[in-house]
Amino acid sequence: MSKLYTFLKYFFIVFWAVFVVAPFLWALTTSFKDFQSVNGGVTYIPWVDFEPNLEGWKVLIKSPARGGVDIVEPYFNSLFVTCTASFISIVLGTLSAYALSRYTFKAGLVKNNDITFFFISQRIMPPIVLSIPFFLFLSSINLLDSLVGLILVYIVLLMPIAVWIMVDFFNKVPREIDETALIDGCNPYQAFLKVVLPNSISGLIVAGMFCIIFGWIDFFFAFILTFTEVQLLPVKIVALNSSVTPWWSLSASALVSVAPLIIVAFIVERYLSKGNLSGAIK
Amino acid sequence: MNFKHKYFFLFPGLFVLIGILIFPIIFVVRLSLSGWNSYNPGLDFIGLDNYIRLFTDDPRFWESFFRLSFLSVTTVVLQYVIGFALAHMVWKDIKFKRFFRVLFLVPMMTTPVIMTVIWRTFFHESLGPVNDILSNFGFSPKWLTDPALAKLTVIIVEVWQWTPFMFLLLLAGLLSLPKEPFLAAAIDGASPVRKFIYVTFPLMAPISIGAIIIRLIEASKIMDTVYVLTSGGPGTSTETSSFYIFIKGLREFQMGYAASMSFTYLIIMIISLTIIAKVLTKLLLKE
Repeated sequence: MSKLYTFLKYFFIVFWAVFVVAPFLWALTTSFKDFQSVNGGVTYIPWVDFEPNLEGWKVLIKSPARGGVDIVEPYFNSLFVTCTASFISIVLGTLSAYALSRYTFKAGLVKNNDITFFFISQRIMPPIVLSIPFFLFLSSINLLDSLVGLILVYIVLLMPIAVWIMVDFFNKVPREIDETALIDGCNPYQAFLKVVLPNSISGLIVAGMFCIIFGWIDFFFAFILTFTEVQLLPVKIVALNSSVTPWWSLSASALVSVAPLIIVAFIVERYLSKGNLSGAIK
Repeated sequence: MNFKHKYFFLFPGLFVLIGILIFPIIFVVRLSLSGWNSYNPGLDFIGLDNYIRLFTDDPRFWESFFRLSFLSVTTVVLQYVIGFALAHMVWKDIKFKRFFRVLFLVPMMTTPVIMTVIWRTFFHESLGPVNDILSNFGFSPKWLTDPALAKLTVIIVEVWQWTPFMFLLLLAGLLSLPKEPFLAAAIDGASPVRKFIYVTFPLMAPISIGAIIIRLIEASKIMDTVYVLTSGGPGTSTETSSFYIFIKGLREFQMGYAASMSFTYLIIMIISLTIIAKVLTKLLLKE
């Protein structure tokens, strides 16, 4: 019985691992192919099935004029927008979360939980509902197709995540530590900055990771709100997916674009093992 | 604690969020009462005409809505079952525990649209590896052009992408469970199956509810995958609400009508998610 269970368990784990890895392996081999080895039937193993070449990788750094894909600028745009929006969301979200966790608010029927829910409910909003008014709104203040406009939109996407994670986190940080700081003569801001924040590093890291993930993987807003001036990475890569798709450069650029966040997987796992994450997300 | 300071903590975030959102929300409502389209771009007032058209004369919207419900419920159930199974398996000591944990998290970190572009080549009917392997057994399914199979392909891609999220939440939950109930169960000599049904699962119920609701919210926004994988096709067989609104609004520029659909859709989503949350809480927290 338990032998069978162990066997099934490993079987399932290995099966799923193969499923997870399969598209990456396929992209990796495809990125070394040329026109012939993509269109002449399915091939898998370099040197055996086809002769690998680096064309798919080389076009990534060439200028568009010489037939390159030029993902360098979109790459930095994506990094810049994601990091800026995440940073602003974390700062504002952490302040609000601290207020919601430590103080009581009451305005008529609206209480703390309702304010928290208001923040989190912004995630329910389908992007499409916001995209049309944002399109007209940003074009009326001349921020369409600009980095600032995108950052504004991303703050709406990311702040709910920051608030959601940090409220739960602050609820677990004992109140006594801020009370002690206040008795020792700090004002509330000093107590927050010098005592509470240093004790919340792991919560901040988890919230930051989630903001960066959800900022980095967004496609829809970038797709609708930018055209030519500013291009983000996902939009640029999807634009390659035209009628005559150069599979090799597509695969190479896809791999380059998903690479940075795989580091995030390691960081998340580290916090998971230490048990710090369990309180932060629930 | 001092009374005034709390507002200085809360308001920056709250006001920035409201400040960015207030115009778009009011504008959607106002726009939905206008006949803004490409011939007549302007905020005229046509009353509830758009809503009447939506409720009486647009089966395509409702079809796309039921399709969305089907797709999101199916994917979330699959993600929950697989995610729970995986989390349970790597919870206790197994070989290469940390390696598998990291590996199972990876898909979540990748950009859905970009991976979908890869999946498109993966499921390509003549040049993709899936059909190459299946053709050895005499099959060559049309993954992207057969109405039923296209849905399955969307589900496979969604499950691949988002099971890690479920896995992460559930594993974090499992790791935070108290030890005592398991000791008690071990002393009573409970079998692994009974231990799971009577100890692990009930303890995990609150986390499960949270995880399912979060995933339902996110899954209801399926859009990127459909756009790249099938563009709603073949025909309208994988068209979801968001995608239909996108076509009406930003392809055909029927802004007014698209706004009324968006608003209706938003209301339906809020109501149905609230009901689902209530029902799940009742079902799973009974004991």
